[in-house]
Amino acid sequence: MNKKINQKIAFLLFKLFGLVVIGILIGILGFISFNGLKVINWEFLTSNPKEGMTSGGIFPAILGTFYLIVGSLFIAFPLGVMSAIYTIEYAGNGWLIKVIRMMTNNLASIPSIVFGLFGMSLFVNKLKFGDSILAGSLTLGILVLPIIIRTTEEALKAIPDSYRTGSYALGASKLQTIRKVILPSATPNIITGLILSIGRVSGETAPILFTVAAYFLPQLPSSIFDQVMALPYHLYVLATSGTDIVATRRMAYGTALVLIFIVLLLNLLAALIRRKIEKKSKY
Amino acid sequence: MIKNKTFKSIIEKLIEKVFSISGLLTSILIVFICYFLFKEGIGFFKNSTIENGYGLYVNSKNKNLNLSSQDLKQIFDGNISNWKELNGINKSIEIIRIDDVFSIYSEEEIGENYENLSSKTSELIANKEGSIGFFPIEYEPKGSRVTKLPTNHLKLSDFLRGKEWLPTATPAPLFGVLPLIYGTLLVSFLAILIAVPLGLGVAIYLSELASASQRKIMKPIIELLAGIPSVVYGFFGLVVLSPFVQKIFNLPIGETALTGSLILAIMALPTIISVAEDAMRNTPRSMREASLALGATHWQTIYKVIIPYSKSGIITAIVLGMGRAIGETMAVLMVTGNAAIIPHSIFDSVRTIPATIAAELGEAPSGEAHYQALFLLGCVLFTITMIISIVSELISKKSYKKY
Repeated sequence: MNKKINQKIAFLLFKLFGLVVIGILIGILGFISFNGLKVINWEFLTSNPKEGMTSGGIFPAILGTFYLIVGSLFIAFPLGVMSAIYTIEYAGNGWLIKVIRMMTNNLASIPSIVFGLFGMSLFVNKLKFGDSILAGSLTLGILVLPIIIRTTEEALKAIPDSYRTGSYALGASKLQTIRKVILPSATPNIITGLILSIGRVSGETAPILFTVAAYFLPQLPSSIFDQVMALPYHLYVLATSGTDIVATRRMAYGTALVLIFIVLLLNLLAALIRRKIEKKSKY
Repeated sequence: MIKNKTFKSIIEKLIEKVFSISGLLTSILIVFICYFLFKEGIGFFKNSTIENGYGLYVNSKNKNLNLSSQDLKQIFDGNISNWKELNGINKSIEIIRIDDVFSIYSEEEIGENYENLSSKTSELIANKEGSIGFFPIEYEPKGSRVTKLPTNHLKLSDFLRGKEWLPTATPAPLFGVLPLIYGTLLVSFLAILIAVPLGLGVAIYLSELASASQRKIMKPIIELLAGIPSVVYGFFGLVVLSPFVQKIFNLPIGETALTGSLILAIMALPTIISVAEDAMRNTPRSMREASLALGATHWQTIYKVIIPYSKSGIITAIVLGMGRAIGETMAVLMVTGNAAIIPHSIFDSVRTIPATIAAELGEAPSGEAHYQALFLLGCVLFTITMIISIVSELISKKSYKKY
């Protein structure tokens, strides 16, 4: 009898914990949506900040984040995919591949602020890019590289060996097999990784603090050597500095909501694609 | 036709080379990151203990002085007033800065281009036995009655054992990393203490109790929780959690170590849950069924069979959660209050290593001691997370070998 009561209490507790986690998410999303929705309108999304960030919009920050996404993935995506192709299709199973795996894992575990330090030291100071879209994109690109490598590796691993042997049997070379057989069937999974990386890039603050982000810019950037404003940094600035707390806080809620919306939308998209693939592979 | 084929195979070889180089990319990047962090970080120890371009000068009668940065701070803060306390002569300490020289002497005496400034500083130090001068080296006092205090290089032991982090103090900035290390450890351990029971509970729920449809709801929720940017967590902590903590515990400020830990706990949850859940789900069906067949209840099976079986996975989950907490920057920066003081309770405001880097790097001029000190902090952080990553890998490898 005692055993049963113990079990009941324990299971009830775990269910409660599950509810707590759901509650936390709903709490955060609900709070920010409730306060942010009051602020968001067309003008907020399409105009510049005005009057010391107490009114106007966040258009330059949205655009800046967009530039950083494009820039960093332009660098990281091809490199990440090629790296994964090497480890899965070419490298075999020796010590080298073990070292490479370990290094990729290590790279993924480095705190984002360390990437900021590295980016500042190499791209901003040593290579003299200055605080620029180029330096920021390179830094963010390195940050998301492990994500792209991992998801691509998973995608390639999921392809049955019969595809490969079938293609070889038809006389195709290894490269032809990769290009015509493996990559096309791995594409949806690789895209999921790409989407998750976009989510990560759009939310990161620490790596761009010293490599690209600007507090306020009167003009939109015109080259890759310009600084940009970015959504996460803009939120940080709005939340922690500013003279008129009440007015900037309103703007902060709006910015937080836009940021969350982008990230959640991307996550949802990735989940949908994954679900579609799972359904397909059942048959 | 044949030519075309060899051409193709050359291209193919070339592309394969490109693949293999990009395969090594992550390893190369790690080496690069190491190199740049440690190059800047080690440069820190080449700096002298007092500000660049300045010197400290005392009267020659004042002998036997061996002043540490700590002593200098005490002197310039006015906490030590007599040289006797520092093994010197029995005279009260008189601090002379370059500004004081300008107020004591007239412009004509110093000269239009400061040509007499050096002789005036010499005069001041020579005439006052208890004086200590802090002057730029180009106007340094000279003569037999003036002693320049020897300047030491910054030492690793001072960095690791120093209890004060005052990087902008003059004349001798203090780079003691202890308050930051204590702050980081306090906040992350507390966060793990909160997150582990909650995370493991949810992991057990997901792997053992939840129905397929419940899992379908929970899994994306946990992924979303992992996807929310840290700056949004920080903002939420700042406007909701911090006033809440302040009210509940009746504190003067809400930005405390506890507030930071609460936010970090939420941020570490997804990592802990998903890694621990994976480990539990990997328990072979035969083991569960054997336990149930012996008459154990479901709960007994969980804590006598499944948890011991997935122990290494659970430890990996905790270690990875810890890694996430230690390296987190923005959220902590926004909610812990950023006081670089050794904390005495969880209600003190603290400053972590990553938050210090983020807060100060913008103001530290490139190439100076402060800038390099922040890179040294980066090295510390990098080393900690490397160790965590390797340890967690070893643990999970060990568990594979066992079964």
